[in-house]
Amino acid sequence: MRGENPLAPTTCTITVTVNGQPHVAEVEPRRLLVDFLREDLGLPGTHIGCEQGVCGTCTILLNGASIRSCITLAVQADGAEISTVEGLARDGELHPLQDEFAAKQGLQCGYCTPGMLMRACEILAENPDPTPAEVRSAIASNLCRCTGYQFIIEAVISAAARMRATKEVAS
Amino acid sequence: MTTASRPGAPPVRDHSAKRRWVGQSIRRVEDPKFLLGRGGYIADRITPGTLHAAVLRSPHPHARILRIEVAQALAAPGVRAVITGLQAAELCDPMPDFGPDPARHTWRCLAVDKVRYVGEGVAVVVADSRYLAEDALELIEVEYEALPAVVDPERALADGAPLVHEALGSNCAYERTFDFGEVERDFAEADVIITDRLRWHRSGGQPLETVGAIAEYDPGTGSFTIDTNTLSFTSYLFMAANTLKVPANKLDIRPVPAGGSFGSKLFANKPAVIAAMCSRATGRKVAYLEDRVDNISNCDHHGSDRVYNVELAMMRDGTMRGIKIDVVDDYGAYMQFGVGHHGNALAQVVGPYTIGSVRYRVRAALTNKNQQGAYRGFGSEVNNWMLEQMVDKAARELGLDPVATRRKNFIRDFPHFIPTGNVYDSGDYDRVLDKALELADYSRWRAEQKRLREEEGRYIGIGVICAQERSVFSATEFWFWFDEPGAPVTSTPESVTLKVDATGGITAILYSCAFWGNSPETMVAQFVAEEFDCSPYDVSVVYHGSRDGLPATGPGGSRTTVMLAGAVEGAAGKIKEKARRAAAHLLEIAPEDMEWADGGFRVRGDPERRKSLAEIAIMLHLFKHSFPDDMESGLEGSKVFDHPYTTMPSADRKDLGVFYPFMGHACHVPVVEVDIETGAVTFLHYAAVHDCGTLVNPRSLAGHIVGGTAQGIGTALYEEYVYDEDGQLLSSSYLDYLIPSAMEVPEVGIGHVETPSPYTPHGVKGGGEGGRMMAPAAINAAVNDALAPLGVRLTELPMTPERILSALRAAGRAG
Repeated sequence: MRGENPLAPTTCTITVTVNGQPHVAEVEPRRLLVDFLREDLGLPGTHIGCEQGVCGTCTILLNGASIRSCITLAVQADGAEISTVEGLARDGELHPLQDEFAAKQGLQCGYCTPGMLMRACEILAENPDPTPAEVRSAIASNLCRCTGYQFIIEAVISAAARMRATKEVAS
Repeated sequence: MTTASRPGAPPVRDHSAKRRWVGQSIRRVEDPKFLLGRGGYIADRITPGTLHAAVLRSPHPHARILRIEVAQALAAPGVRAVITGLQAAELCDPMPDFGPDPARHTWRCLAVDKVRYVGEGVAVVVADSRYLAEDALELIEVEYEALPAVVDPERALADGAPLVHEALGSNCAYERTFDFGEVERDFAEADVIITDRLRWHRSGGQPLETVGAIAEYDPGTGSFTIDTNTLSFTSYLFMAANTLKVPANKLDIRPVPAGGSFGSKLFANKPAVIAAMCSRATGRKVAYLEDRVDNISNCDHHGSDRVYNVELAMMRDGTMRGIKIDVVDDYGAYMQFGVGHHGNALAQVVGPYTIGSVRYRVRAALTNKNQQGAYRGFGSEVNNWMLEQMVDKAARELGLDPVATRRKNFIRDFPHFIPTGNVYDSGDYDRVLDKALELADYSRWRAEQKRLREEEGRYIGIGVICAQERSVFSATEFWFWFDEPGAPVTSTPESVTLKVDATGGITAILYSCAFWGNSPETMVAQFVAEEFDCSPYDVSVVYHGSRDGLPATGPGGSRTTVMLAGAVEGAAGKIKEKARRAAAHLLEIAPEDMEWADGGFRVRGDPERRKSLAEIAIMLHLFKHSFPDDMESGLEGSKVFDHPYTTMPSADRKDLGVFYPFMGHACHVPVVEVDIETGAVTFLHYAAVHDCGTLVNPRSLAGHIVGGTAQGIGTALYEEYVYDEDGQLLSSSYLDYLIPSAMEVPEVGIGHVETPSPYTPHGVKGGGEGGRMMAPAAINAAVNDALAPLGVRLTELPMTPERILSALRAAGRAG
């Protein structure tokens, strides 16, 4: 309980960059990263599902790798670059993954969607041209209770094609 | 039983008009906000300064509460209040309860003198943060006197079982046997009686977002405002208001988007009551959000938990004559919805078959478990599974082909009244079956099954099930159980208000309707677009609060789309009538000479003379004096759309009347492989064909079919709220309660058949629950087909590897 141990620090200072924005904040050592993002930084797009690191709803990218922010402490993110769903759309334009999720109806209630989108970003960063079977296997990290995953897989495959095409044009 | 001319049927509709928007797989209008992370779920709405509540849960399945000591918790940092169950019983009346005789199994928001299941709340702490509230929970001391628990429903009904509710005098909360048709005659004339005992264990919706509420009490007005992801049931608002001891017009329940429900947020008032009680006690805004353990152990929405003993009367040629069903349903510690789940079963108890008679005995057992609520199917999915198991067993015992046996018994004349009195409005079961077998590549898989068994020793199974998908419940199914029901209510309406602003923009207002992952906004937008020839993306949809809401019921029993269609049609009709008169006046022509076309009214035979809706709207909003005196400013219309087809049960309850008339149908054909060494089941193929009448948005329906199938896979193979013999809940997290991931769900091939309902707007039937109503039966059939050469049948769900291996062992066939 807080206050029982007078030697325990009551807060720590952390520095994080979230969606390109630097933040310096005072947090309790026990504060969960997901609560820090949602409540302290006002970014409610990252959701809480099981609070045990099983369902993947709270998935964000920390230094480019997906992590479960419900079982990560805010202090563990000190010095890190974090990406959340709020950073995906740019200049009012949906990210190709967001747009394809809409086109393929890869969401119903939308609650797992931010975590699923962030995981999909990581999957496509690692492999820009995955097969449907590879996407299926890769998103098994994240539970979705609505869609049965099928249209999510279709959305990720379409988005991958669009992102490859954009890259080719750019290069 | 077909008697198409029975009284009470609504007029048959003409669906010949061409449709532009209904039937299109447009993008959902709901989605952009969710994709941007701006969904506005309940947890996103907590504002600074809001207090947080956390509930202390019972570790005991059954125990008397002797003493609760809260002084230390009250003194803990940041704590604003601690309320025990005893204090809560002073602050609040019992929870809303539709069950029989609730005074004898009283349900409250917190336990008072004894706990009846692991997870039941005993006290609540309100603190400055959830962290501090949970810290303080650990400082509450509760002294319990443990009592023996009763866990098995059949043992619960036996003499001498520990009583869950002493006031009831037994653990049997309801028992009755119904006879529909000539049961004894059909059984006497049958060639064979197929019997079986079947066991369906409890699972649940488990949406990834739990139930939550943010409540604020205003002592200045004596009013509560509660934001929550459950429903308000505007017509039944007084029930929740009674619990909080305020008049219904001092309670505003405002629905917010839910991160999934699958039934489990239906009338889930407990978190709202707890938050509201705490708000009044502290004078502050209070949020109570269940955590995952709260939700798994204490959500009041566990699914059906049934033991069946069934007899099916058959002729040797495969004709089904009658069925006797004896079911014990384990309701847990309370029963908020009574035995309404069996009304769902009775709506389609004979499936798609011409079974002529039914005996239905139901016993509701109370045990030391969390209570049943709603889960996608509401008990009808269990009946589908039971019946299809019986059909397969009969075919096997009689040496008949299971597909041919089904086809031989199909109902083909509609409307068709089944023995219970409910009607099947329309259908074409042959077409659905044909399409499913084609999509499943059935003949090829039958050959492949034989080859793989002979050449590679693999056990492949093909399940084929044909089952019903009832939609749009009527209130009668909650009381026809009783000769003298306490409240024989008959209203289950849905309402919509449409407002056309001065520029012609349309806003649709919904009442007691919430976004649950279904698509009410897209459905309404497509219906409005169909009526007014506008873009669905230009329609704005508002979810209204309950206090001054029109009568409405909200999602449940696959009713939303059909009921919203009727309400939009009615409201649009009122607007168009006024717009017609206004346009006629402006064009100086008789209203009856005007016709609606392309988003406005034009003169019949002179299409150039027209007024668009926007032109009419601005006149009606801003130029009152251009119109006759009796024409009011503005352009809006509301429609309270009542259930379109309900008839009353007979006094002797041999005929329950029409209560679930819009009957969808589906055929699922999974192909599985069973590993007899490990008991694992994997999918090789999956085909599903559904007929939900006219399609509104085929893609969104397909999404529901796949998603429901995924949940059905969970029910069939993985998911179970496991209570051990002592009543401890063993599956209290997602480490133990196994939700299918993408690797457990196959790609599902989907087909649609459309037989429009003769009685609903556009011919739409509900389809939100279908996947889960079919998949458990289909997968069980497939597993049994795989194991048929070993003489093994699984009769218990979920078919975990352990259950499959033990069935193999029992047959001396363990690998």
